[in-house]
Amino acid sequence: MLKTEAIDVQKLRADFPILKRKVHGKRLVYLDSAATAQKPQAVIDALVDYYSRYNSNVHRSVHTLGEEATEAYEEARAKAARFVGSSPKGLVFVRGTTEATNLVKFAWGEKNVKKGDVLVTTLMEHHSNIVPWQLLAKEKGATLKFAGLLPDGTIDMADFEKLLKESPRLVAFAHCSNVLGTINDVHAMCAKARASGATTLVDGAQSVPHMPVDVGAIGADFYAYSGHKMLGPTGIGALVAKKELLEDMDPFQGGGEMIREVFLDHATWNDVPYKFEAGTVNIADAIGLGAAIDYLNAIGMEKVREHEVRLLKYALETLSKAKGFHSYGPSDPQKRGGVVSFNLGDVHPHDLATILDEEGIAIRSGHHCAQPLMRWLNVAATSRASFHVYNSYDDVDALKAGLDKAGSIFRL
Amino acid sequence: MSSADIYRELILDYYRSPRNFGKLEKFDIDAHDTNPLCGDDIGMQIRVGVGRSIEEIKFSGKGCAISQASASMLTELAKGKPLEWVKQLSKEDIFKMLGDPDLGPSRVKCALLGMKVLKMGVYGYLGAHYEDPDDTP
Repeated sequence: MLKTEAIDVQKLRADFPILKRKVHGKRLVYLDSAATAQKPQAVIDALVDYYSRYNSNVHRSVHTLGEEATEAYEEARAKAARFVGSSPKGLVFVRGTTEATNLVKFAWGEKNVKKGDVLVTTLMEHHSNIVPWQLLAKEKGATLKFAGLLPDGTIDMADFEKLLKESPRLVAFAHCSNVLGTINDVHAMCAKARASGATTLVDGAQSVPHMPVDVGAIGADFYAYSGHKMLGPTGIGALVAKKELLEDMDPFQGGGEMIREVFLDHATWNDVPYKFEAGTVNIADAIGLGAAIDYLNAIGMEKVREHEVRLLKYALETLSKAKGFHSYGPSDPQKRGGVVSFNLGDVHPHDLATILDEEGIAIRSGHHCAQPLMRWLNVAATSRASFHVYNSYDDVDALKAGLDKAGSIFRL
Repeated sequence: MSSADIYRELILDYYRSPRNFGKLEKFDIDAHDTNPLCGDDIGMQIRVGVGRSIEEIKFSGKGCAISQASASMLTELAKGKPLEWVKQLSKEDIFKMLGDPDLGPSRVKCALLGMKVLKMGVYGYLGAHYEDPDDTP
């Protein structure tokens, strides 16, 4: 097949200093971006620039450094909001998607979920979109129900709609599965869930880094994403919601920054989104996220997506020729994100990852924080190769050679 | 050492045809543990014989070649030994048993899971508590 690139990967690789390093004497073939993506120099520079030139607390200090830091932090918020078609007042900075779902659990769930309520999620979720709802259901005497999957790894919409007939309080699901790669029809799912009276939460951890996302058009009440999977620093992410919904919620953590006035017996809350950002916020990493967004925008998210679709198509064709290769998820590259979860004969994913590591190839192996999905797939673990802008056909070829080597060692 | 050396014939043989795999009908010791990082899962059952020795031992579970082969080889090594022998067992003994493969820190846990379960079970039977010195916070 024709190996044409939607973006100039060879040129772009020079922006990622880590790609210069060797692993076991081999070129680093990084295929674990769904776990965390590598960072371009522009992001690293933004962090260094903040700490070396204008490090200061935000929203407090009236000196020059404080004002510069506040401006940069709020500019990062505006970028993070615009990137997903939202407004800055509706964007709360959090540590990542996990903190976002937990924030919703505490600040929205504790107030709005009652005994006997039904909460709905799906079988393909990451633990971060299951465990908070389990805890909430247990505390409140509510029931958590799971929409099933079809054999091709897509959500069983008939089952999903059946669960909506129970008038759930909350319906939470991933935009894109971190294991199967399945891109869910979130527009339709949100519309249906809202029609049933539910509040919706979409986990965008695997979608925002890889494709254009417009939260307003999707119609989600809550939408969460992580910075570190989209070339940004660790420890920063976003919870996006309508301003009115955030205003109606209780605080998440109490402390500095989130208050308006504090008395001995009570306190009043700051405006949103600050009401949810207690304590000194993660200033540097928010600014770093802003730099990552600039970098992705300069490439263009349409192109990022097109690049990954081509790579995915090539990967599914090439890797399927490896002896014992079996992949999971939808077969149509247009319907999935740039992740390939697979098994190779009876080679355990951890053994495979060790063999590939020796070739300089980094993949993820294990349960991918999705144990209910592993049980549904009837496997203990899978291997997973995942892509980002710096990956190309040569990485897929290296992986194929690595799989052949593993097959030979294990005598498949 | 290359991965071709780690996954020598011996390890693959024990992975594909594990010795002493299964459950005992009658047993005095029954221990089980998992490695939450990778989901490796090992259970061990022991029937204690005369002189407080390991009369019969079987393991069960699922996981990578290293964890399964290591557990299986350990059952062969342990069979017939006094329970006190288990207390002397060290991770160096396990590495030696496996042929001193060059394992990274995360894979070392796979190699040692069988020993951990064996020690948990035997220490418990002897009224002691086994604390894994390699457990990181």
